[in-house]
Amino acid sequence: MTCTEFLTILDDVIDESIASETRAEIEVHLRKCGHCEVVLDTTRKTIEIFRCHEIYELPIDVSERLHVAIMAKCSKAK
Amino acid sequence: MSTIQPISEEHPDVALVERVRAGDLSAYDTLVRKYERQLFRIAQHITQNREDAEDVMQDAFLKAYEKLDQFQGNSKFYTWLVRIAVNESLMRLRKRRTGKLVSMDEDLKTEEGSVPRDFADWAPNPEQNYNQSELADILKKTIQGLPQGFRTVFVLRDVDQLSTEETAEALGLSVPAVKSRLLRARLQLRERLSRYFKRKTPETSQAQASAKENGPQGNEPRVNGVEA
Repeated sequence: MTCTEFLTILDDVIDESIASETRAEIEVHLRKCGHCEVVLDTTRKTIEIFRCHEIYELPIDVSERLHVAIMAKCSKAK
Repeated sequence: MSTIQPISEEHPDVALVERVRAGDLSAYDTLVRKYERQLFRIAQHITQNREDAEDVMQDAFLKAYEKLDQFQGNSKFYTWLVRIAVNESLMRLRKRRTGKLVSMDEDLKTEEGSVPRDFADWAPNPEQNYNQSELADILKKTIQGLPQGFRTVFVLRDVDQLSTEETAEALGLSVPAVKSRLLRARLQLRERLSRYFKRKTPETSQAQASAKENGPQGNEPRVNGVEA
């Protein structure tokens, strides 16, 4: 497996949707290629960081105000 | 949030939607509470404007309520709701740009970051080197720099954890288009975050200290000239 081939299936590796025979090839490649190992680890970490940190918080008072407005509009709509 | 349900079990939203159709507004109240934060997040990521995101959230929930009879139940209620919110967000952007057409395909020419260039390993738990507000700024700047079509796919697939098929349905894209955009979004974000999170050497420590004082330098693009 080359680095380019690894890159084309990177998403499947991250999403763990890789056939078992390909998995063995990937493991062999990663043992030899530090660059691809870093790309895999840091891409996984990228996803984890964005998933764990809400960057657009909706404060409770704003959420409550919007919620009341939505339900008031809906009650008039039908 | 959990969006993955066993196939054999009926999704709890189905019963709530049926109750709303039968005239039970309190069931819709439950659905709004369940999804308002996610919808707000998606709208904010697309419009990059808090006021617009609040309006989109309200309009999307109202439109979904009014059009509930058109919801077929072939897809999940949430996927259908996201599609409405995405369309509302794009309409809002169009208004801001005085009628200029806005679509999920714009600004996708850039190849930046599609091929990894930075192979430095990151520090262990690198986000802990920044306080909460610094980290939020870094993540905002990083994701705002992505083309909108990549950003939205990333948010739906990786933050909201919709499946590839659900993301395609919500955005009106093909599955291969979602996959291609997701890979590029992930790689571009990784490359950009690497500037902040790479393992510190004496040289990078100095550079990071300077970056923290001055913010990122160089080619950090602004999106639509609008700060979130």
